[in-house]
Amino acid sequence: MQDNNWRILTRPLIDDNPLTLQILGICSALAVTTSLDTALLMSLVVVCVLAFGSGSVSLIRKHIPHSVRIIVQITIIASLVIVVDQVLQAYAFELSKRLSVFVGLIITNCIVLGRAESYAMHNNFVASTLDGIGNGLGYSLILIIVGAIREFFGKGSLLNVQILIPTSQGGSFEPLHLMLLPPSAFFIIGGIIWFIRRKRPQQVEKTEFTLRTREQESK
Amino acid sequence: MGGHAAMSEAIPKDSTARALAVALTVAFICGLLVSVVAVQLRPIHKANIEAERIAQLELVLAALSDIGRAQSIENLDARVVVLASGAFDDNLDPATFDADKAAARPGTSVAIPADLDLAGLKRRALYAPVYLVRGTNQQIDLVILPVSGRGYQSTLRAWLVMDGDTQTVRALKFYQHGETPGVGARIDEPEWEAQWRDLRAFDDAGVLRIGVRLQAGGALSDDAEYQVDGISGATRTTQGVDGMLRFWLGEFGFAKFLQRLREEQL
Repeated sequence: MQDNNWRILTRPLIDDNPLTLQILGICSALAVTTSLDTALLMSLVVVCVLAFGSGSVSLIRKHIPHSVRIIVQITIIASLVIVVDQVLQAYAFELSKRLSVFVGLIITNCIVLGRAESYAMHNNFVASTLDGIGNGLGYSLILIIVGAIREFFGKGSLLNVQILIPTSQGGSFEPLHLMLLPPSAFFIIGGIIWFIRRKRPQQVEKTEFTLRTREQESK
Repeated sequence: MGGHAAMSEAIPKDSTARALAVALTVAFICGLLVSVVAVQLRPIHKANIEAERIAQLELVLAALSDIGRAQSIENLDARVVVLASGAFDDNLDPATFDADKAAARPGTSVAIPADLDLAGLKRRALYAPVYLVRGTNQQIDLVILPVSGRGYQSTLRAWLVMDGDTQTVRALKFYQHGETPGVGARIDEPEWEAQWRDLRAFDDAGVLRIGVRLQAGGALSDDAEYQVDGISGATRTTQGVDGMLRFWLGEFGFAKFLQRLREEQL
């Protein structure tokens, strides 16, 4: 059942997207998408952590005893996140201040541990690394879309370049302040999920429970 | 999530010894990696924080340009103060004096008596660097003091700007902290900073009254004109700010220095 490498890399973009299909990593997606630059930086960081995390777990997968596998995976992931955080604080100080705790919280991002546990523990180094990169890119794709929408409608700018001039500066654009608040990310992600599932109906989950009608109830 | 490869590899033998060995090896390698990166990047981190310190000071000065005329760091009168006496020590170069390093060494620091340690610092340096903004007649327009104290989960560091009369606070600008985003971290937001724009620190009898109000209705108390509103949900952070100011303006902090400024008009 060896997928070809291209499929491993591209499947998590739409068909098996960690955010829109598996609904993982929502917390950070709400927090870092108020503007496009933080979304881009966060995407880059998550791709790196996923690629190296899955890769290293895969390398030592045959030596990890079953009983301590989760703690070993978390140790590797946590170390990678600390390293990335340190590098950001050194070379992207301003942006790292804005991302604040959310870089550190990648450790608890379900996508990273999920891929290590469900894929990297059972697949070779190349496939696991590609799977990590693919899932990172799938997460990034959604983050970038959400970040772009929120920054554009919330501030009238993209990557801090003012495109629409707000009314406060004499323009005709009224910024949507809701876009800068976390709930707007929920709405946008919800909209994206709806759109994808409309185009790919196979992603629609089966109804697990149906409400019983009064007639059924009385029987 | 469909399509995972079959669990083809045999699950390794699960002996305790093996689990321990693998766990320790992984921990050692990861620990080594993290340590090497942290140590290698430390000089860059320090430089970033120092740049941030200066940038925040420049922001404060720009915001107070109607009071202090000197707007750049170069125009400031930088001095090192002996905290115990309040006098200047001109042998120490303010540009290179490192208060954090001094506070960590026994020879250049002193333990803070527990009952006076409102800021939770345990030790402080014997000296502190200060900046004076002088006007056209060499009179002191603004006094800028570095203050620090323990917040909820980090050490808060800020510039405290006072009027030349040393009675009124003009600004409190945090340049380093690690408080919770959206809660304690609001201490560096403009809305909260604005409260420090014009605040009396001492009453007419010279008693230190400054602080942060923590309960509702506090605005009606006698201390109202000396206090700012706390931040909802950030009680521990604002208590930290309160303690920090009471410590640094108190007798173990800058009190002697401020008294000297008042009496001698240095």
